[in-house]
Amino acid sequence: MTLQLETAPHPETLRRVAIEPISRVEGHGKVTLLIDEDNHVRQARLHIVEFRGFEKFVQGRPFWEIPVMVQRLCGICPVSHHLAASKAMDQIVGVDHLTPTAEKLRRLMHYGQILQSHALHFFHLSSPDLLFGFGSEVARRNIVGVAAAHPDVAKQGVLLRKYGQEVIRVTAGKRVHGTSSVPGGVNKNLSSEERDHLLKDIYPIIAWSREAVALARRLFEQDLERYNSFGRFDAHSLCLIRADGAMDLYHGGLRARTVDGKTLFDHENYDHYWEHIHEEVKSWSYMKFPFFRELGPEAGWYRVGPLTRVSQCDFIPTPFADHERRDFLAFDGGNAAGATLGYHWARMIEMLHAAEMIKELLHDDDLLGQDLLVTGERRERGVGMIEAPRGTLIHHYRVDENDLVVRANLIVSTTHNNQAMNEAIRRVASQYLDGQTLTEGLLNHIEVAVRAFDPCLSCATHALGKMPLELELLGPDGALLDRLGTAP
Amino acid sequence: MTDATFLLDGEEVPFQPGQTVIQAALSAGRYIPHLCYHPEFKPHGSCKVCTVKADGRLVASCTLPAQAGMAVESDSDEVNDLRRTLVQMLFAEGNHFCPSCEKSGNCTLQALGYDLGVMTAGFRHFFPDRPVDASHPDILLDFNRCILCELCVRASCEVDGKCVFALSGRGLTKHLVVNAESGLLADTDVALTDKAMEVCPVGVILKKRVGFAQPIGQRRYDPQPISAQALRDAPRTADGAGKCTACEGKE
Repeated sequence: MTLQLETAPHPETLRRVAIEPISRVEGHGKVTLLIDEDNHVRQARLHIVEFRGFEKFVQGRPFWEIPVMVQRLCGICPVSHHLAASKAMDQIVGVDHLTPTAEKLRRLMHYGQILQSHALHFFHLSSPDLLFGFGSEVARRNIVGVAAAHPDVAKQGVLLRKYGQEVIRVTAGKRVHGTSSVPGGVNKNLSSEERDHLLKDIYPIIAWSREAVALARRLFEQDLERYNSFGRFDAHSLCLIRADGAMDLYHGGLRARTVDGKTLFDHENYDHYWEHIHEEVKSWSYMKFPFFRELGPEAGWYRVGPLTRVSQCDFIPTPFADHERRDFLAFDGGNAAGATLGYHWARMIEMLHAAEMIKELLHDDDLLGQDLLVTGERRERGVGMIEAPRGTLIHHYRVDENDLVVRANLIVSTTHNNQAMNEAIRRVASQYLDGQTLTEGLLNHIEVAVRAFDPCLSCATHALGKMPLELELLGPDGALLDRLGTAP
Repeated sequence: MTDATFLLDGEEVPFQPGQTVIQAALSAGRYIPHLCYHPEFKPHGSCKVCTVKADGRLVASCTLPAQAGMAVESDSDEVNDLRRTLVQMLFAEGNHFCPSCEKSGNCTLQALGYDLGVMTAGFRHFFPDRPVDASHPDILLDFNRCILCELCVRASCEVDGKCVFALSGRGLTKHLVVNAESGLLADTDVALTDKAMEVCPVGVILKKRVGFAQPIGQRRYDPQPISAQALRDAPRTADGAGKCTACEGKE
């Protein structure tokens, strides 16, 4: 039904409504709707409108600089890029296995990031919609409004994020844009003082994470019909998976399953990801559209991120999170695990998993070890893959004999979800906007669908932008008919 | 020993005959910001960051002989404003991308920027096109960050006796070159143990494959600002600077 909304047959006869920029997401994007005279939506597209081109300007730079350089793609989850690039550069320096200290320090950094990024997304960016309602008063629908109406929720969100940032500071050297992960290992271990510093607060963090899962579940239960159906669509899935089928956000093989649950490939070595994943370019967006090669560009698009990881793994290797996973999958006959708004619930389960993993790692003396670096025989090509907060992240480099990068390919989580996000907004446009007189509250429904994916539009196109909300209603001749919201 | 002194920001600083103002100041534990001055090499006077106001005249303190009774103004708003502008111009002239530079935390230019309170670029960046020279198996030259201080030129000639580096061109086109037919570092006899490898104040001459080995917190300027670090290095003098055997008879 909704696929036809990607391109309207006679756009010149339709009026255009733009949601630009989309607010409370990372980065700069817009949604355009083409609407006919009877207010029926004829076309809906999510556009990513800026371009930075990291893949180009890392060319000619020395390979050891890349893990630090590419994390500037983002200020929210730079650790993902830092680690994915480091994993690729591990291969460049001929290293397949890090020392236990190096791997565990990187993992600790990564789980710190999962914790802070998921907390940021749920509490700061999405909770205003979920707590107040998608079409609620716009002036109140923000984190300040949440702090006023639900001070305990807001406070826990802030403190969860702060703790995650502190884990990153201790492991990477800085809260944002640290430097500790280097090709072949890390440049620091954890001192016992640093470990004790992090340990003293981990138990309330786990407790608050459990409360956050309960809150996400409660929100779903309270408005079950809407949460189940809002922007819902079926999609194939992709994630990394540990050899025993466990969720592993740092490393694993590729698992791809089709809509009907069939395994397309499993435990696949990601070093040759291009044998399965190709990218398509469309003229109206700077973000590419990846697809499974086996299924082709039309039918091969897929979904990544928390919803996929929680529903596709065989188990989560920490007790509280795995208990929550089972509840999530069993809820309402498994409906939540296929719902677009199920992303929030799955995200909180992952946050709980990250908190539990941090606790587990902090009790591991390997973190205090002195053996930090491994060297090997130089290679020409390196692929690094990681499960970033928003989904699977691919870094792929070729390095010449003089140690300079000659080619780079980055496929970030939000790019994998490009078609899925477009699908979600088309569903919502059909469900809520079609035939209606548009209001800010109705248009926010579109943004709620985009936000469920926690997209990082900066990373997706390597762009950065301000995120105020401005809505313009244009007539068929392009004349401005109405404007909602404020722009700076 | 002499009892001669001059006034630095109103306080007496003793000096030995033949000492420059910056040498006497650093020996006395008084910091004057500087960049191309290095205690192991003869004064050069090119970057002008060590400019002071001596008896009302703006002059580079690294080339100014100390004189009894001289009144020198260094840590004043007027002089620091001028220094800040000079440092901003150096940043604008090259491609200094501190966020991804492996010299961050160990870079004299960056540390001076912090010390002088450089908060904005101040000038439109030139964004020059300067490809790196990665031809040498162990050493990378990133010309993007060169500030033309000639410390590598002096070290390579005066200490290493190799004259691997030189400056070429004039004015805006002046740039660092490598002394080889091909222009490539791989075709010189530069070695990792050369003095020239140690002295680059910015991130031009780099040992390959060890970038970011030092954790944040343990880099040169992490624990102390450049003013304290410079005083720690101060007791050495320029007296021992050698002569370049490779250059003899060529000047």
